[in-house]
Amino acid sequence: MSECASDSFRMYIWIYRIKHYTKLTLAHLFCLTVAAACLFPLFWMVASSLKTQSTVFSDMSLLVKHPHWRNYYAAWTRGNFSQFFFNSLFYTTVVVIGAIIISSLAAYAFSRLKFPGKNILFIVLISTMMIPIPGSFIALYVLLNKLGLVNTRIGYILPQINSSLALGIFLFKTFFDKLPQDLEDAARIDGCNKFQVYLHVALPLAKPAVAVLAVFNALAVWNEYLLAMLILSDRALMPLQRGLMVFQGAHITEYPLLMAGIAISIVPILTLYLLMQRYIVAGITAGALKT
Amino acid sequence: MIPKNIRLAKLKEVSTTYLFILPAMLLFLVFSFYPFLKVFQLSAMDWDGISSGMRFIGMKNFHEAAFHDPSWWISMKNAGIITLLALTAQNLLALALAMIVDRDIKGKNFYRVVFYLPPVLSGIVVGLVWNWIFDGSHGLLNYALIHVGLGSWTHAWLADPRTALLCVAIIHMWKGFGWGFVILLAGLQAIPRDLNEAARVDGAGDWRIFWKITVPLMLPVFFLVSILTVLGTMQIFEIIVATTNGGPGYHTEVPITRILTAMVGSARFGYACSLGILFGLILLAVSLVQMRLSKWSSHNV
Amino acid sequence: MTDREETLQNLTEQYEREKHSRVKIHLELYAPSKAYQYKVRAAAQTNTLPDIFGVLGETRDLASFIVSGHVSDISAALDADDGHWRKQFFPKALATTTFNEGNQYKVSPGTYGIPIDVTNIQMLYNKEIFKQAGLNPEEPPKTWEEFIDAWHKLAAAGKPGFVSGWGETWMIDCFASNYAFNIMGEQKVLDTFRGKVPYTDPGWIKVLEIFDAMRREGLLVPGVVTMVNKTAEQTFANNNAAFAFNGSWCVNVYKGMNPDLSYGVMLPPSISSRYPMKIWGGAGSSFVINAASPYKKEALDYLKWLTSPAQQAVLSRETMNLPSNRNSMNDLPPLLAGFAAGMDSTTHPSEWPVVEDPIVVERFDRGIQSILTGEKTPAEIAQEVQALKEQLTK
Repeated sequence: MSECASDSFRMYIWIYRIKHYTKLTLAHLFCLTVAAACLFPLFWMVASSLKTQSTVFSDMSLLVKHPHWRNYYAAWTRGNFSQFFFNSLFYTTVVVIGAIIISSLAAYAFSRLKFPGKNILFIVLISTMMIPIPGSFIALYVLLNKLGLVNTRIGYILPQINSSLALGIFLFKTFFDKLPQDLEDAARIDGCNKFQVYLHVALPLAKPAVAVLAVFNALAVWNEYLLAMLILSDRALMPLQRGLMVFQGAHITEYPLLMAGIAISIVPILTLYLLMQRYIVAGITAGALKT
Repeated sequence: MIPKNIRLAKLKEVSTTYLFILPAMLLFLVFSFYPFLKVFQLSAMDWDGISSGMRFIGMKNFHEAAFHDPSWWISMKNAGIITLLALTAQNLLALALAMIVDRDIKGKNFYRVVFYLPPVLSGIVVGLVWNWIFDGSHGLLNYALIHVGLGSWTHAWLADPRTALLCVAIIHMWKGFGWGFVILLAGLQAIPRDLNEAARVDGAGDWRIFWKITVPLMLPVFFLVSILTVLGTMQIFEIIVATTNGGPGYHTEVPITRILTAMVGSARFGYACSLGILFGLILLAVSLVQMRLSKWSSHNV
Repeated sequence: MTDREETLQNLTEQYEREKHSRVKIHLELYAPSKAYQYKVRAAAQTNTLPDIFGVLGETRDLASFIVSGHVSDISAALDADDGHWRKQFFPKALATTTFNEGNQYKVSPGTYGIPIDVTNIQMLYNKEIFKQAGLNPEEPPKTWEEFIDAWHKLAAAGKPGFVSGWGETWMIDCFASNYAFNIMGEQKVLDTFRGKVPYTDPGWIKVLEIFDAMRREGLLVPGVVTMVNKTAEQTFANNNAAFAFNGSWCVNVYKGMNPDLSYGVMLPPSISSRYPMKIWGGAGSSFVINAASPYKKEALDYLKWLTSPAQQAVLSRETMNLPSNRNSMNDLPPLLAGFAAGMDSTTHPSEWPVVEDPIVVERFDRGIQSILTGEKTPAEIAQEVQALKEQLTK
């Protein structure tokens, strides 16, 4: 009797195992297919960057037989690429830091401090995120010109910090809302003023929000080109995306160099994401779940 | 009678509070509010964007946009179709991937990074690659179809009015699912493991766990993702410009391309502004409805 | 024009040296074109335009710039010394930036821009593919019947057909306009713009039917309807099309993509012999001088230098564009010479006394795209366009 039972038991375990591993394999296949679809353009881009202008669209191979590594050197030295690269780094860093400081300060006020008109102001601020007005960038140019900020670094930086405010304030506020009142009270009793509470108690708990905003804003600033083209005419001030335009004439695009340039420009952003990604998950978790 | 030093203290208290929001409000007033007002002002004008003179025409631009511009409503419909596809197919894909990756399978970190790659790529690369994939004579897709024996299915994908919009939608979803994936994964990882374990011990199968535990807890995340999807997808335009330019006919026109055409192509800046405002209002309304639904659902679950 | 950056930069530095550094010139070149259009408009609105700039756009846009006081009238400089400078140019080249008495934009008559090159848009054909299909590579088709005949032979040999960047509506417009002039003559076309002739006229239906015929014959390379010109150029350069419709700038483009490409230039094969076939051409890129500039004389000197035979020869040689100075037409490589020969048959919307409303033009061009995909018939599109035009003129 027990032998039958243990036989059928073993069979059940087998069936279970087969079902489980089939599911696992299917899941893996699914993920790998999607991953391949995501990686494919990257490979194609790198492959194209190693070809020549005449073979870039006739040669369909992904593994290039005679890779022209000098395309990367050419892309870097053509048209001041290094200058543009460092400009982009500069703008990205300043905007990210500025965005984090200014949004978190404001979010702290919205979350934990009292002042008249708090709710209305918050709604107005957040709804700007929801009403995109395309075409306002020309009005922005006129404004910057009036303020004398055209062709200046700060004129390029400030509007971008402004664009980040809605998401930043929203995200920080959801973190600060969760700050336990007793912690705050304890700090106050210890003699901390509002600013010190913000700096030493609230902000450290919102580290994931910092990570999320750092990556999202860095990506936005790094890929920005429309504003740069409108506002900056001085070579020394231009960011990377403007530099890539050198390879895109009105009639001729030098594809291999363009691809090499883009490949170079992706590296910092990818690195940033790789470093920050584990914090991003925590950041969005806390931000999204309001239970 | 409040003593003077308490009044002073109160004043100091309020002013330090205002200091917290001052930088943000300053930036907002200068760089968001003012251009916003300017666009409103310009939308009531007949102006070509170049001359120094402009004519006030009141609501005429809006009237024309609402009643005499079929291309505008076609573009809204197209964007709407892509958005619907994104809300369903794209987000379901993101959810499926998030759920799989959530379960501690090998290569979790690898997938997390790779799935986020498309949003990082610039519009130029995305446009070039997909143009090549969908190309009618030598594209990768047709090449693959021929090799698999489905040669009769080959097409000029981006040029055929029946498939152009769908292909553009596919490109957009490919580029966009990474966002949804990251957010959904974060939401899933916040669900305490013990809940699932307890349910399993009680004998619940995968489907029951999904419907009874996962979905209710993830509702706020779902709504967040859907609001972001709607906002992001309705504003699609770089992909269109890089592939079909709104053609063939008006089949892949979207609101932003119409606005840009009015601004530069037909030199009607005031009209473009009115389209922009109309667009913003519609998006606002849709977002408000979604937020209402989100609040209602979290109360009833 | 960022692809000409190096040449222009070198020339500019040379100029600065010749002037013993008394003049400093700062060059800014932009791409893509759409982005540049935003930039130049923004600069106009804030009065920060440079001394010399290009107005990329249509005549209507140039007129707006002039009327707003941003562009200086250069007729005087051109006519000085018994018209010495003016005579150096092809008349058609100057026509693009010249406004005549009674023009519809209310611009004071005069010439406002200097062309640094000329261009025209014709058809190309692949000589190698012709040979393989048994066609004579030195005798391209001249009439529509010959063209369709040639196509039948090509199709029988399994060769691909016609490619052009018809995802960009202006290219469709150009092709349609060429045939409109050929079928109906300039007067009737302009009368249609004036509203005196409807778009439902048999002449226009015939123009639209050309596109329908191309679709029925399977003449088009798949995907033409949403192709940007760059993709069309790649297709032709890779020997994947027997015919192309493109402008003279393509010589430089094809050279970069496939130096061994063997091809020739031909006029679009005419349908009617009653009126001549007209192609679009004129100034390629023109520079205007800022009316508010304090350096007008220096700007004029620089432009005079840039358009003199020596510099034009350099520009032409290095950037493979047609020079605007008629004295530099010698020593052109044969392909460019083929384009140059077409300069006598050119016309351009900027020369016409009246142009069509851009909204109607867009509907017309998009309608042609619908004909090419088989979605609508020529008659339907003609009705739609006419209805729109009537609604607008109410």
